[in-house]
Amino acid sequence: MANLVMFCILAVVILGSAFMCVMTKSIMRAATFLLFVLFGVAGIYFLLDYTFLGAAQISVYAGGITMMYIFAIQLVSKRTLQNLVERFRGSRVCQGLLISVVGLVTVAVVLIKNQFINQALTVADVEVPMNQIGAALVGSEKYGYVLPFEFISLFLLACIVGAIMIARKEDKK
Amino acid sequence: MFDFSIVTKWFDALLTQTLGLSSFWSILIECVVVGVLILTAYALIAIALIFMERKVCAYFQCRLGPMRVGPWGIFQVFADVVKMLIKEIFTVDKADKLLYCIAPFLVIVASVGTFSFLPWNKGAHILDFNVGVFMITAISSIGVLGVFLAGWGSNNKYSVISAMRGAVMMISYEMSLGLCLISSVVVTGTMQVSGIVEAQNSAWLIFQNPFVWIAFLIFLISGNAEANRGPFDLAEAESELTAGYHTEYSGMGFGFYYLAEYLNLFVISGIAATVFLGGWMPLHISGLDSFNNVMDLIPGVVWFFGKAFFVVWLLMWVKWTYPRLRIDQILKLEWKYLMPLMLLVLVLITTFEALV
Repeated sequence: MANLVMFCILAVVILGSAFMCVMTKSIMRAATFLLFVLFGVAGIYFLLDYTFLGAAQISVYAGGITMMYIFAIQLVSKRTLQNLVERFRGSRVCQGLLISVVGLVTVAVVLIKNQFINQALTVADVEVPMNQIGAALVGSEKYGYVLPFEFISLFLLACIVGAIMIARKEDKK
Repeated sequence: MFDFSIVTKWFDALLTQTLGLSSFWSILIECVVVGVLILTAYALIAIALIFMERKVCAYFQCRLGPMRVGPWGIFQVFADVVKMLIKEIFTVDKADKLLYCIAPFLVIVASVGTFSFLPWNKGAHILDFNVGVFMITAISSIGVLGVFLAGWGSNNKYSVISAMRGAVMMISYEMSLGLCLISSVVVTGTMQVSGIVEAQNSAWLIFQNPFVWIAFLIFLISGNAEANRGPFDLAEAESELTAGYHTEYSGMGFGFYYLAEYLNLFVISGIAATVFLGGWMPLHISGLDSFNNVMDLIPGVVWFFGKAFFVVWLLMWVKWTYPRLRIDQILKLEWKYLMPLMLLVLVLITTFEALV
C-alpha cells in the first residue's frame, strides 16, 4: 500500500518532469527538469531497496552530470540556446512514434519472456550489504565486474587527460 | 548508557498495539513526527549558531556583539527572524522566475538531507542506510546546483560570477572531502553511520591510526570550503560581489540561504565529530574500565553536541582569523596540495591498517 502510493507519486514526478523537460523553451529550465527526473529515478531505486544504486544515481547523475550540463550551457552565450522552437512535422512524428513502439515492444518482450517479475517476488526485500557490492565490483570470478571496472577507470583517465589537453594554455617561449 | 531506541520502540508500540493502527498509518504518523522534529531541531540549531557566530565574531574583534535585545542580547536572533519573515518577497525583472524560486529549496533540501544523517544519541539515528557516508556526499552535491541556479535565475552579473566561483569551489573540494570519508571507511570497515560510531567503541578514530589526524585536518579545511565559509567565502564576498549569488533574494528566499549556510557549518562539524571524534561515543580508553564507566554516565547527546560545537568553534576561529583567498589560490590549494596529499594519506592509512 505504502509502496504503491510512493510509486504513484514518483511516477507522476518522473513523467511530469520528463514532459516539461522536453516542452520547455529555456535550456536552463530543461536541465532543471532533467534533474527532477533523475531524482525520481533515484527514488524508485530507494523504493526497491537498491540504496547503493540510488546513492550513485544522485551523486553521479544529479550531482555530476547535471552540473556538467549546466556548466556547458554557461560556457555558450546566454542568448544562443534560448527560445529555440521547432515545428512538429508529420514525418518526424511518425519516426518518433515508430521508435517508441519498437522500444516498448523490445522491453515488454524481454520482461515477459524472462519472467523477471516472478523472480523478483521470490527474492527477499532487503538491502544488499555494501561488502557484497564491493566484492562483486572488483571480483574476477563469475559475476565479478573487475574488467569493466578497470576499463571505465582507464576511460575516465583518458577523458581527464583529453580535457587537460584542450584546456591547457600553450607555453610562451 | 541511555539507549534512545527505548523511546522509539515505546512510541511504535503505542501506535501499533495500544491504538491498533495498521503499519501504513503508524509509519506515516512516525514519519510526520520525525520530520517535524528534524525541522524544529534544524531551526533551533540555526538560531543558536547565528547567535554564537555574532558573539564569537564580536569577541575576536574586541567588541561586545548584540547586547540590546534581552539580557546579553539573546533575543536578537529572534527579532531578526521575525524581520525576515515579514519582509516583502519580490522577483527580479527579466529573471527566470521558476529557477529563481526553486533554487533556495534545492539548497535547503541538500542541507536538511545531510542533517538527517547525524547520529544524535545511541539509538537515535534518523537515516541509517548501509551506504550512509556515500549517501551524505551524494546529497550534499545537490547544494551546488541550488547555488548555481540562484545565480543564473537572478539575472545579475555579479550573481552569475559568484555562482560560477561557488560551484567550481564546491565541486573541487568535494573531492578531498570524499577521500577523507573513504579513509574513515577504510579504518572502520563500514559505510553505515551507526556502524562507524560503534567501531569507535574502544577508541575514537583519531586515536586508532596516526595518519587519521592528517585526514581530520584536511576534512576541516575542505569542509570549511564546502560550507562556503571562513577564508573560502568568495562565493559571497560581501565587499566585492555584494553578497554574491543571493544578492537578489529577500525575505525567506534569502532566509533559506542564510539557514543553509549555518546548518552546513553544523553538518560539516557534526560529520567531522561523528567520523573522526566518535559521534555520541564517550571517551573510552581500553583497559581503564572504571574510567570508561564514569564517562558512560554522561549522555550521548551531550557528547555529540559537545564535539560538534567544539568543531564549530574551531571553524569560526579560522573564519575570523584569516583573510579571504583569491579564486586561483583556492583552486591551487585543492588541486595541487590537498587532493594529492589526501591520496597519499589514504595510501598510508590503508598500509597502516594492513600492517597493524
